[in-house]
This record gives sequence, C-alpha cells and structure tokens, in this order.
Amino acid sequence: MKLEAANISVTLGGKLIVDRASLSISAGEVVGLIGPNGAGKSTLLRAILGLVERTGGEVKLDEADFFARSGSERARAVAFLPQDRRVEWRLPAGDVVMLGRYPHQSGFGGPSPEDRAAVDRALAAVDAATLSDRPVAVLSGGERTRVLLARALAVEAPLLLVDEPIAALDPYHQLHVMEILRERASAGGGVLAVIHDLALASRFMDRLILMDDGRIVAEGSPSEVLTPGRLAQVYRIDAASGVQDSQQWLLPWSRRR
Amino acid sequence: MKPIPYPALVVALAVLLGILTFASMLIGPAAAGTFELLDMMRSGESDTAWMIMREVRLPRTLLAVTVGMSLGLSGATLQGFLRNPLVDPGVIGITSAASLGAVLALYTGISLLFPLALPLMGIVGAVACVLLLQGLAGRGSVLTLVLAGVAVSSLSAALMSLALNLSPNPYAAAEIMFWLLGSVTDRSMDHVALAVPLMALGWAMLAASARSLDALSLGEEAAASLGVDLKRTRALVVTGTAISVGAGTAVIGGIGFIGLVVPHLLRPLVGHTPSRLLLASALGGGILLVAADILIRLLSSGVELKLGVLTAIIGAPFFLWLILKARTEFES
Repeated sequence: MKLEAANISVTLGGKLIVDRASLSISAGEVVGLIGPNGAGKSTLLRAILGLVERTGGEVKLDEADFFARSGSERARAVAFLPQDRRVEWRLPAGDVVMLGRYPHQSGFGGPSPEDRAAVDRALAAVDAATLSDRPVAVLSGGERTRVLLARALAVEAPLLLVDEPIAALDPYHQLHVMEILRERASAGGGVLAVIHDLALASRFMDRLILMDDGRIVAEGSPSEVLTPGRLAQVYRIDAASGVQDSQQWLLPWSRRR
Repeated sequence: MKPIPYPALVVALAVLLGILTFASMLIGPAAAGTFELLDMMRSGESDTAWMIMREVRLPRTLLAVTVGMSLGLSGATLQGFLRNPLVDPGVIGITSAASLGAVLALYTGISLLFPLALPLMGIVGAVACVLLLQGLAGRGSVLTLVLAGVAVSSLSAALMSLALNLSPNPYAAAEIMFWLLGSVTDRSMDHVALAVPLMALGWAMLAASARSLDALSLGEEAAASLGVDLKRTRALVVTGTAISVGAGTAVIGGIGFIGLVVPHLLRPLVGHTPSRLLLASALGGGILLVAADILIRLLSSGVELKLGVLTAIIGAPFFLWLILKARTEFES
C-alpha cells in the first residue's frame, strides 16, 4: 500500500504554512518527517489526513483519490496518533485502545472477538497488557504514550502516521517506541513519524524528509539528509557524530551564531 | 465507585423508573390520595378513580418521565460532546431560550392560534439559541461556548422580563409567571401527544451520536482520524438537544439542573464511557423528575410547590458543590 501526497499547500490565518509539499510512504518503511519548530510538519500530516483544509494539492492511496473514500475507509487505511495526548474522562486503558476499533465497528452490538484480539495484540506490542484496567488519567507519561500508540496500532491500518511519538519520554521509552515503529515496518506496515530527536531519527528511520519554512528541502537516507551543511542551514546547529555498533550516530552539539 | 455491569445498571434504573411511574399514578393530594383512590375502586366508584388516573395523573406522569429523560439524555450527550462535566442544556442557554420562545408565544397570543404553536415556539427559541451559540463559539473553546451560553441565558431572561413588563393585563403576566416556574400539573394528554413525538425525534438524534462521543474522548483530531464526521456529530447533538429540550420546556416550562446532576452521578457507575452514559442518564433523568414530582405532591398542603422551583432549589447547591470539587482538583 502506498500513500502519496502531491503539492500540498495549506494556508492558516492568511499565512502559508505548507508550501507545495510532496511525499510518499509505502509498506515496510519507517519515514521520519523532520525540521525545526514551525516548519509545518504537523500541519502537513493533518492536511494529508484531511484534518485541515488544503489550499492545494492532492492525496492518493494506491493511485486513487484518498478523499473519494469514506471517513471509515480512510481510517482503516491510515491510522493517526496526534500530538495531543489528553484523554477525557477516566477511561480505562483497555477501553481507550478499543477506540482504535471504531472504524471497524457498525455501532450495533459490542466489540467482536476480532476487535478484542486486535486490542490484545496492540497492548502486547507496546508492552502494556498489564495497564488495561487502569484509567489513562493516572498513568505516567511513558505509559500513556504507549497506551495511545496501542490505540493507533489497534486500528491495524496498513499505514501509520504519528506526530512526535517520543516527545517527553525518557531514553528507555524513547528507544522502546522507536523499536515498536520498526517492528510495525517489519510486519509490513508503513510509518511516517514527525520527530525532533535527530539522533534517534538518523538511527531508526529508513528515510528522512526535511522540512523548512513550509517546504520540503531534502529527502533521502539519514546520511544523505543530515549533512553538516543542512544542519547548519536549516537547524542552525553543528553536530558531533561517530560510529557505534557499526551504525552512524549523530548528536546536536552547538548552536551557530 | 466501582462500575456496575452495564446491563444490570440499565435494568435496575428501568425497574426503579417503572416503580416510580406506578407510584406517581397512585400518589396524589389529600382529596385523591392513594387510599382514597383504592377506596373508590372498592366502593364501586372505580370509574371516577380511573378517570382521575387517566385524565390527571397519566399525562402528568408521562410528561415528568419523558421531559426528565430528555434532560438527562441531552445533558449526558452535551457533556460527552463538549468533553466537559459542567455543561447541560441550561448552562449553555438552551432551556432559557426555549422558555423565551414559549413566553413570546404566550405574550403575543400565537399560542392560541393552533395547538402546536407553544411547543413549536419553544423549539424555535432553542434552535435560535443553538445557531447563535454556533455563531459566537462555533470553533472556539468550551469556555467560549459556556460564556456564550451565559450571555444567551441573560438575554433570554431580560427579554422574558420585558414580555412580563409589557404584558397587556395581570392575567397574561400571571400566566407567563406560572408557566416559567415549570410544572407538570394540569397538563392533558394533548400536551403529551404534542411533545412526546418531538422529544422522541430528538432522542433518536442524540442516540445516533453515541459512538462518536466515545471517540471524541481522544480529542477532535484523533476522533476525525478514526472516521468520526465532526460536522454531522455536532449537528446531531445540537439539533437533538434543541428539539428534545425545546419540546419538553415548551410544554412544562424550564426545569433546571437535571441534565447536569444526573450524568454526573451516573458517570462512575457506567465506567466513564460517554456512550453508555446516554441510556443510563435518560432513565436517571426520568427517575429524578418523576421522584421530584411525587415529592411535591407529598409535601404540598395548600399551595403546590412548582417542579422547576424544587429542581432548582436542590440542583443549584449541587452545581456549587461540583464547582468547589472541580476547584480543589485543579488546585491540588
């Protein structure tokens, strides 16, 4: 399955936030959408999902217009984890994850055995099966993120869009979430993640898409995208780098003045 | 509080509502109290007893139950939709706007033109309120919506005062005043036949939004990404509330706080799930209003206490307690 967005533009409050951005994600890859604050990453994600109005451009799923499909059909094809991690009411984690089955349910009768199995799989994937009965409101930040990620995984959509999945997590849980996204790709899913951590992005992503000021300025493998020149130009930083376990690593080191 | 298994809770509430409905048919003021009614049936005056039950008690009971259900259901739906436990049809101005519509019908004499005029004007008032709220706070926060509701309530109250002020004679003013207090006394089966089908239509719209309310606990973006049609849900919730509460208010006057109190009390019992709260709150609203109406009949000796007065006297301190509780939660 392949999702292609072409020449997406979004204007909010008279300001051009996303400027003719094009990208694609396919099954089996984890793609990172990176860029400084205010580059338009989250807005681009929302525009692809139809959550904000596009002023131009189109989105295609397997060569067919994505928005010609119904809301539930779109939801079954592309799952989304927004940045907003609030959960209203004191819903237990299991019920929250079950909300991921919404596009599969008709509204009559309770959850099917298939729904329950999907919820169990999602909770197991994020190592949160024991949290099922606890209200999300009392969970720690790491637990809550995992439960909400499980909610997005429970949709069992071929493609997954996540907005800053590792923000405000400790290193252990950051690595855990990155591994979950990788597992998703090896199981045949496609993942597009907005991410700020360049070190983790460069290690765990197959491909990076760099945005600056509403435009996509670079795309390719992490080493192709995160060149010292681009880091200086787009992020205004210098980075340290090296090799560990035969993998290239990168660490933002100093601001450019 | 631990959640009770949902089917058990619904059955328990339904049984309680059934018992209270039955009691409401029997309990009455001294001249036709329970024992007097039973005596009449025994002593061969059963026709009179049946007539009292059919013509007096039945419409009164049916209206208390159905309006209570409308208030409980719309309160639960609004709270789920706005993701805020402090809203109800009264807080966001729908009750007072519906009252204003009905008062204008009484004041201008439109209510005399055709039988549906009074409830229709109530609904017109409620719909106008909803459109105004959408305009004022359509894309804003919950706070904006509540503030807009307060503004609509104040404006409605002012216009109702104006209608009283300008009313042509003391009888018209008294009619409006008594209507405003809210009561199910002296209502006929005609009132039931007018209001109940409209309320049922509103219930159907509110019930159709149930599943979307669950998804909305994740916020609007996540809900939309799960396939929830936000515009359709908003239209269902807002129109359903306007029709059910508008029709109910138009027939028995403004009844406050049921829509606020009932969902709040039942939420922990249904495990906090917004969709499950709907049916439970509908039954709970019916229970509370019919119980309040029974209480009035038991308490009243001379002048009958009005239903709207009783619910406000009990409900307002409860609302205050909710705010205090919310405040301590925010501060801690």
